[in-house]
Amino acid sequence: MLKKNSLFIVCMLLLGTIQVQAAEPDSWQSERGRFIVSYESQLDPITINQMHSWTLHITAADGSAVPDAELAIAGGMPEHNHGLATAPDFEPLGDGDYLLQGLRFHMMGYWELELTVSANGVKDTVIIPLEL
Amino acid sequence: MIQIPGFSFQTGYSRKILMAGLVVLVASASWLFLMFRTPGTWTESEKVLISSLWIENLPPPVTNPGNAVATDPLAAELGHNLFFDKRLSATGEFSCASCHQPEENFTDGLDKARATGQSQRNTPSIVGLVYSPWLYWDGRRDSLWSQSLSPMEDPQEQAGDRMHIVRLVTQDEYYGPIYERLFGQVPDFSDRSRFPEHAAPAINPALDSAWQGMSTADQELVNQAFANIGKAIGAYESLLVPAASRFDDYAEAVLTDNGENPKDIFSNDEIKGLRLYLDKARCMECHNGPLFTNFEFHNTGILSYPGDLPDRGRIDGVREVRKQPFNCLGKYSDASPDQCQELTYARDGAELIGAFKTPSLRNLEGTAPYMHKGQIATLEETIIHYNDAPLAMIGHNEAENPLGLLPFERRQLEAFLKTLASPVAVDERWLQPPQ
Repeated sequence: MLKKNSLFIVCMLLLGTIQVQAAEPDSWQSERGRFIVSYESQLDPITINQMHSWTLHITAADGSAVPDAELAIAGGMPEHNHGLATAPDFEPLGDGDYLLQGLRFHMMGYWELELTVSANGVKDTVIIPLEL
Repeated sequence: MIQIPGFSFQTGYSRKILMAGLVVLVASASWLFLMFRTPGTWTESEKVLISSLWIENLPPPVTNPGNAVATDPLAAELGHNLFFDKRLSATGEFSCASCHQPEENFTDGLDKARATGQSQRNTPSIVGLVYSPWLYWDGRRDSLWSQSLSPMEDPQEQAGDRMHIVRLVTQDEYYGPIYERLFGQVPDFSDRSRFPEHAAPAINPALDSAWQGMSTADQELVNQAFANIGKAIGAYESLLVPAASRFDDYAEAVLTDNGENPKDIFSNDEIKGLRLYLDKARCMECHNGPLFTNFEFHNTGILSYPGDLPDRGRIDGVREVRKQPFNCLGKYSDASPDQCQELTYARDGAELIGAFKTPSLRNLEGTAPYMHKGQIATLEETIIHYNDAPLAMIGHNEAENPLGLLPFERRQLEAFLKTLASPVAVDERWLQPPQ
């Protein structure tokens, strides 16, 4: 009993020095579940103060590509109460892919990108979290 | 017998184990304390931040796509001469170097610049600006070359006019041949019926009237030569990047095995100041990267200059840069449209009201007074401003949360900031008027 408890204390102390990091998802579902969005950044890893683009891939809930969506982007740093440093735009590439151009993040920390997808009479928003 | 809920300790053997546990606990706590509290002991994540500020991680200078001669040594020679040439002003009294004085880290020590008249803003340093997508406190120009043209015609600064300047430079016996080698044959500006003595758009009625009397094709010839003059000055200014500071020596000692002891480079106060810089003082939010700036626009609640209305800053600057003819997308730029991403994707919005460009903190001790109108005289008062986080007069103060720095912490932060002093990384001859 005693040995077990001592061992437990030592293990806890050791564990305290180890950082456990959860794997990040690679796609995000919209708030009402209508779309799923994944992206590939031109910069990997994403660094601050560098203009770059992302390729977005958008599918419907059934997994089929959404090639003709209207997209709008907003976002910023919730903790700092400010928006994006740039006004990015989109270029459709076909097969549910879209080039998101003109992204530049000017601070380290937690960002959220809010992507509004309108397609086939449905409008839904997906929040993409980003830790820089 | 010792009773603790969940534990049942017996005397003798069990006491030894208890003691061993306590020893482990105390040793671990001490290790953690030393890890986080001893000056100069940095965690891996802190080292990443220090490395991000180290000048060694400054990328090679961005070649400005709008300026085809930005890295041409001959253009830099011409630009060096033009930078110090007072003949480019209306009265022959003022050159670029009158306000951007090399011995003052390319500033003038004044709250607001004074030349032909009184300017509305503080003279910023030029050092490192080759990396900035935006020029001026409000970013109303998007390259060194296009920025350099504005003071030449600003009635408060050099107060010249482009027609006169273009003729003077292209017909000068020293400048003319260099200009031709860089930019091709000089147009013939000698016909006064086509090219008046003085002309420039929208400066004053006389100059504007002379300018409007010229054909569009002739205006474009003059504009192109004027842009070329700016590109030569831009090539010179591109050379002006900071050398390593004492902070960079410290960073190198911390991050590499170069044999130097970091504690021989920084005092305890400077180390503690760096720790505050990275964390509690929140400086890194905007003053990040090897030049200690993100070159972005922020409203930080800087009060108006006494007697002035609050300055609208970037919200006006972004509108101006889009419409001015010497921007990256304009016909005098050497860039293709897809190389003008900063201008193409520049944002608008209420956040830009009263927002100004984050300045570099390198060499800041030598560039007082601070802020866009020189409203704050000393570094100490600047830190107090961010510590207090006052409400903005217009717009919204992004740095709205008081920092809670204690008086000794403010002194430590200031001590660290002073370690960013360094010379310009060029031969001394570039910092003197040309012989």
